[in-house]
Amino acid sequence: MKSILVIGNGMVGYKFCEKFVAKEGAEKFKITVFGEEPRPAYDRVHLSSFFENGDAKALEMAPRSWYEEHNIELITNERVTDIHRATKTISTISDKTYTYDYLVLATGSSPFVPAIKGIEKKGVFVYRTIEDLEGMMAYADALKKRNPEAKAAVLGGGLLGLEAAKAVMDMGLEPHVVEFAPKLMPRQLDTRGSNVLKNKLETMGIHIHMSKATNKILGDDAITGMEFGEYDKINVEMLVVSAGIKPRDELAKTCDLAMGVRGGIVVNNKMQTNDESIFAIGEVALYNNMIYGLVAPGYEMADVAADQILGKTETLMAADIDMSTKLKLIGVDVASFGEPFMPVEKGYSILFENKTKDLYKRINVSHDGKKLLGGILIGDASDYNMFHQIYLNGLPIPEDAEELIIGSRGEGGKSFGSAMDIPDAAQVCSCESVTKGTICNSIKDGSCNNLADVIAKTKVTTGCGGCKPMVVDLVNETLKSLGKEVKETICEHFEYTRQELYGILKIKKVTTFNEALSTCGKGKGCETCKPLVASIFASLYNDTANKEAVIQDSNDKFLANIQRNGTYSVVPRIPGGEITPDKLIAIGLVGKKYDLYTKITGGQRIDLFGAQLNDLPAIWKELIDAGFESGHAYGKSLRTVKSCVGSSWCRYGMDESVGFAIDLENRYKGLRSPHKIKGGVSGCIRECAEARGKDFGVIAVDGGWNLYVGGNGGATPKHALLLAEQIDNATAIKYLDRFLMYYIRTAAPLMRTATWLEKLEGGIEQLKKIVIDDIFNIAEELEIEMQSLVDAYQCEWKEAIENEEVKSKFKHFVNSDESDDNLVFVPMRDQKMPKSWEN
Amino acid sequence: MEAILSQYETVALNDVKVWFKAAPVKDFPIDGGVCVKYKEKQIAVFNFQLNNAWYACQNVCPHKMEMVLSRGMIGDDKGMPKVACPMHKKTFSLETGENLNGDLDAIATYPVKIEDNFVYIGFSE
Repeated sequence: MKSILVIGNGMVGYKFCEKFVAKEGAEKFKITVFGEEPRPAYDRVHLSSFFENGDAKALEMAPRSWYEEHNIELITNERVTDIHRATKTISTISDKTYTYDYLVLATGSSPFVPAIKGIEKKGVFVYRTIEDLEGMMAYADALKKRNPEAKAAVLGGGLLGLEAAKAVMDMGLEPHVVEFAPKLMPRQLDTRGSNVLKNKLETMGIHIHMSKATNKILGDDAITGMEFGEYDKINVEMLVVSAGIKPRDELAKTCDLAMGVRGGIVVNNKMQTNDESIFAIGEVALYNNMIYGLVAPGYEMADVAADQILGKTETLMAADIDMSTKLKLIGVDVASFGEPFMPVEKGYSILFENKTKDLYKRINVSHDGKKLLGGILIGDASDYNMFHQIYLNGLPIPEDAEELIIGSRGEGGKSFGSAMDIPDAAQVCSCESVTKGTICNSIKDGSCNNLADVIAKTKVTTGCGGCKPMVVDLVNETLKSLGKEVKETICEHFEYTRQELYGILKIKKVTTFNEALSTCGKGKGCETCKPLVASIFASLYNDTANKEAVIQDSNDKFLANIQRNGTYSVVPRIPGGEITPDKLIAIGLVGKKYDLYTKITGGQRIDLFGAQLNDLPAIWKELIDAGFESGHAYGKSLRTVKSCVGSSWCRYGMDESVGFAIDLENRYKGLRSPHKIKGGVSGCIRECAEARGKDFGVIAVDGGWNLYVGGNGGATPKHALLLAEQIDNATAIKYLDRFLMYYIRTAAPLMRTATWLEKLEGGIEQLKKIVIDDIFNIAEELEIEMQSLVDAYQCEWKEAIENEEVKSKFKHFVNSDESDDNLVFVPMRDQKMPKSWEN
Repeated sequence: MEAILSQYETVALNDVKVWFKAAPVKDFPIDGGVCVKYKEKQIAVFNFQLNNAWYACQNVCPHKMEMVLSRGMIGDDKGMPKVACPMHKKTFSLETGENLNGDLDAIATYPVKIEDNFVYIGFSE
């Protein structure tokens, strides 16, 4: 068996392993991977999402067990220090030696830190690893405690710099981006594009400073500012350096491999270095005299190296590497493909700019007007995939090329063909190298019947996900061409959308799942349609989750959130976050008695973790006796209405936010919906309740409340949009009743209000017409429906503990009163946590 | 981890040596599941009335080794009766134990019979 050592366990190093083990002949090789970071490879591209959810696992390319399953030895926390080419061995920092037949260098890059005076000061960070981000978060937290209005700068206005600015903004610091060049993303954008992006980012609260050369970092021990010129400086207390990358090529120096003048290990189109048993891939490889800092070329290199080692020597790296890219940057679409800038001798450009909508489109066309050579899209990149394919495949473009970006006159609609027009050989997903032909044929040959099948079979869309819209089109068009109907139906048991099913169940007054199946479904149901039907029943009749427990989702079934080891968490309702000392003591006593881990939630209430199933009724009995109700933290339902302290105590408060939050929370408590709903009430525009980050938020202003809807935190944060201004409490409730009920009626399953509003044709303006102007003449009906739900409310935990039959299901065993003896807890910071998952 | 899984092996009807009397039928929710304790084993039992059938399988989900399958929802995948783990919605055939939406190891299944309104589960030991 031959030995391959992979040095570097980043995205590209991992991808090499993934591609290699899937290939024929892989079993003749033993792979050992070295990573210097403590954890297995993770998705650095989406690093800023770590800040949002704090979940390093979610970023993981594959869990440790994956390496084991594929017989790959993964050695983390171990840096390789030397390569000895003569003996074909390497040695590590802890002086261990390993022998190789093939060596793959995937060491990636490190942030380039320019030599600026004072750059070593405290508070200066780079942005590359989870540890970097953790360091920033800890520093930002300490900073905010001292100075809630602290500012932080990001040095570098490239792709990564803008991502870092978002992370800084999410940490609650005022972000300032400092760029040396006169434009943002200088490699991808032209000046006009940069200006449009700049305007947009500034409206979002990111300050942009361009054409600034930093002379000096100010401060004694820690950074207090940056100086650009004699009188030109900004005060910032943190700095994130994102000024480019430099290849991690130190190892090449230890063994005399050929290197570029400015670093990087030279490779040929087989990804071989000048030593034929040593390969270099990803950001450390210097190919065509270039370092490629994008994921797709890195993955391509991994594939080439894998084939070369396996003896499939005809697989070579393409001479021209496509650097096209599309991303959502802080919620703004930015895309650039082919040649974004156009030298006059090669062609001409067509530009479209709309400053009021922060839109910019540029396409570059050959002189004869027949070929699309490249372009830039900002604000709306929905046409990117098509443009990219036209560019890659040299597809024909309209005689009048401007129709590509402004649409054809007269007929309306798109002036270019459908995704079906691109050739079969066209690569649709460059991360996983999937062609259009592979996608369409997987449906034509009958092996796939829908999008999910195609994704499972081909891995298409599982990389960056940028190709998804095009893949959806291809799948739907192919299905249509075969005469199969395409519809976003719920599952194999109900061939309707959620909105259609809602209407059917309502009109036919269906009240049980089996009745729903026999009325308009087929088969026996599944984990998709059962909770969905349960949720619709709850929205129609305000049935509690106790009524038909077996169709409720995992959490609703036992009225508690199932946690990592199968124990549950308990969250009593604390409306508006207002709680008496006595009630606090009551929660404390329960937590102590049942040995629960306690934590304050983001929604201003208290979560008690680690409750065993058979203890839940007793725990709730004590809480209910102390005056609490279910907090519905387990349901797709109203969670909390967060409030700031309001005018009763706050010297800035314009209105009584706590009282109104309590009223709203009590009004909508128990309300079940397509997804969870959160609310917020702030007493003034300082917005301490973060109401605009909620599904609905009210903010006190001079003359009443401003009502915002459709915001959320989560993976794609979105500020709620203004629905109505300066309204009184009763009007706010009236509009909220209508808005929430309309959302409940029409949204797709598991769709938050933010996405729903984005998809609603006409957006917020249309919503205003429906909710305020009542153009559909349904406002009264919506209000009546909501009122009947409000009137039907009952605490389902009270119901559960008072009903012996319901209560009896809270047992781990049907034939024993014992608890699950497999539960293991370990201590953590004076409390406990479940023993971690080993696999 | 391996130790937990190794306790559970599918028992075919012909191999049943012990019919364990678990609990009266009325204790089993219609179209839902509960967990039965047999010696050191935890067995999930489902009264799948829509299918007019009873099923039993290991309670531990091979994905994250939690004792939770009995709390999962049941249903069918193109006619194949299945259970969905409440943790991450991994689904398993209640007939063959096979993981229907991934490549996890199959779960062990056990025969069930009803006599005199009692539920019995078949074990080989």
